Amino acid sequence: MSRSLANRATPYLFIAPAAVIMALALLYPLLYMMWGSFRDWDPTQTIGEAEFVGFKNYLTLFADPNFHESFAVTLKFAISVVTIEMVLGVGLALLLDRNLRGMSVLRTLFILPMMIAPVVVGLMWRYMYHPTVGTFNRALDSLGLPTVDWLGQHALLSVIVADIWQWTPFIFILSLAALQSLPRSAIEAARIDGATAWQQIVYIKLPLMMPVLIVTCLLRLIDAFKVLEVILVMTEGGPGLSTEILALRISRTATEFRELGVAAAMSNILLMMLLALTVAMFAFGRIQEARAARVRAAIEQEAG
Amino acid sequence: MAQVKERQNTAFYVLIAVLVVMAIGPVLLMFVNSFKLDVDITSGATGLIFLPTIQNYETALCDVLPYEIDHLDYCSMKFGGAFINSLIISLISTALTLIIGCMAAYALVRFRFMGRDTVSLSTLMVRMVPPAVLLVPVFGLWNNEFCLDRDGVIGGWIRDTMGGRGDVCLAGTHSGIILIYVAMNLPFVIWILQSFIVQIPRSLEEAARVDGAGPFQVFFKVVLPLIKPGLAAAAIFTFRVAWNEYLLASALSDRDTKTVPILIVNNMSEFNVEWGVIMATGMLLAIPPIIFTLFASRQIITGMTAGAVKG
Repeated sequence: MSRSLANRATPYLFIAPAAVIMALALLYPLLYMMWGSFRDWDPTQTIGEAEFVGFKNYLTLFADPNFHESFAVTLKFAISVVTIEMVLGVGLALLLDRNLRGMSVLRTLFILPMMIAPVVVGLMWRYMYHPTVGTFNRALDSLGLPTVDWLGQHALLSVIVADIWQWTPFIFILSLAALQSLPRSAIEAARIDGATAWQQIVYIKLPLMMPVLIVTCLLRLIDAFKVLEVILVMTEGGPGLSTEILALRISRTATEFRELGVAAAMSNILLMMLLALTVAMFAFGRIQEARAARVRAAIEQEAG
Repeated sequence: MAQVKERQNTAFYVLIAVLVVMAIGPVLLMFVNSFKLDVDITSGATGLIFLPTIQNYETALCDVLPYEIDHLDYCSMKFGGAFINSLIISLISTALTLIIGCMAAYALVRFRFMGRDTVSLSTLMVRMVPPAVLLVPVFGLWNNEFCLDRDGVIGGWIRDTMGGRGDVCLAGTHSGIILIYVAMNLPFVIWILQSFIVQIPRSLEEAARVDGAGPFQVFFKVVLPLIKPGLAAAAIFTFRVAWNEYLLASALSDRDTKTVPILIVNNMSEFNVEWGVIMATGMLLAIPPIIFTLFASRQIITGMTAGAVKG
């Protein structure tokens, strides 16, 4: 009797700690944040003491040119970063998809930038961009070229370059994995029919890789909206607002301007945006699977 | 597949060499600079001709080194303490995440009370939540709500033994930071482990059960040893997040619980950056991830591709 009760309770026992922690430290805070976004809230108050102001925080944000600027910077950063990384990453994967000795060493070296703390990545790049002691300006100087004020005049571009350095390998490794799991027969057949390397890529490899590529692209896009530390260390959002992405603005609104309500409203907007992206990605995955299942069923029918 | 190594032309190897230099160049640069004096870094004398010194590392670690440091009269960088904090927080949160995640993943696969769809959707959902979004609520909750009343039994006891004023709150403690890291990492760990547990044949567990093992014994003696590769991948990813995270730690820590990233950011925002010392700290922070990369790159790649390809 007690044995069977124990057996029946086991699944719940196993899952309870995870459920409790997620509810307490993830779900509850998110709801708390949404609730707080309707309040005029500063860090000295508890949320109960803060006054309920309805949609005032959101209206403030929509009228705030700084928020618009920050929103635009975020979009510019995310879109350019993901586009360039996709092109470079997939391109490199197509180029390096050969039987190469030492490929695993190469892959190991390529994942290094991703594993290192964003804070350290920011630190390295801030040093390299330094106007006088930095590597880039030293190189320009020794070639007799005029130096460039990287983080002053081209701040957004510099930040984008740093992100590309860190995350192109991610796309490279995923596309390489996708490439190497493609059915050899399709590529073989194309080669026998006399397709050039370029034709193989455009008509066979890329279409077959498409599902993985789209998922990778969306994952990267979501991550690009989360970048904060690299930019914080490199430019602190400046000069002006030129590199102040939304995540950075949220943290500054909360800690420097001490307006938790507005920061919460901003967090909520960012969250909703990412939620839409995630749902789109999930829906896409399901559609792909359904289509694959239909194709499989059709093939089986023909065969039968 | 006995494929012959293709012969490649020179341009190809040049391309690879360039890529490798680009990938690890900045890291090497930091490594080299961390052994230079600030004079050497700023003097403009290029390259590799300098006298290597561990002075920067001594300055950074001054609060834990057992001997007196000659070139320093006052120890301002408390890097040693921060290093210990970082270690405590990341090791404990990794261990907790793995244990809890493992149990949950096992239950989800074997007792199927949620579809795989639900799990992967919620994993994705949590993966998308930026730490910046959690900043405001976590700051508020950890400071005001997740507290023990100082007049209560446990809270009173903690105040009596540890000292301090006010209610006992999660903010400013190691456990507060650990809690949020565990919560952030759990979905990913559950999801990765799930894909490993699915591959274990059920008959194996049934055989153990026939032999008289209870559900807990089956889990610990049969399932756990079989999913070691998955555990390794999950452990590396969890450790990396906890070790590298800055934003939430900076909101939750107080003077005694600062982690290394916080220290680096604080020192970077000063007007006069001491490049040598800061690069030494950066190098120390980067060492654990570099070691993981060099010795467990296969597991890392497994974790990374599993996250996207089966998304």
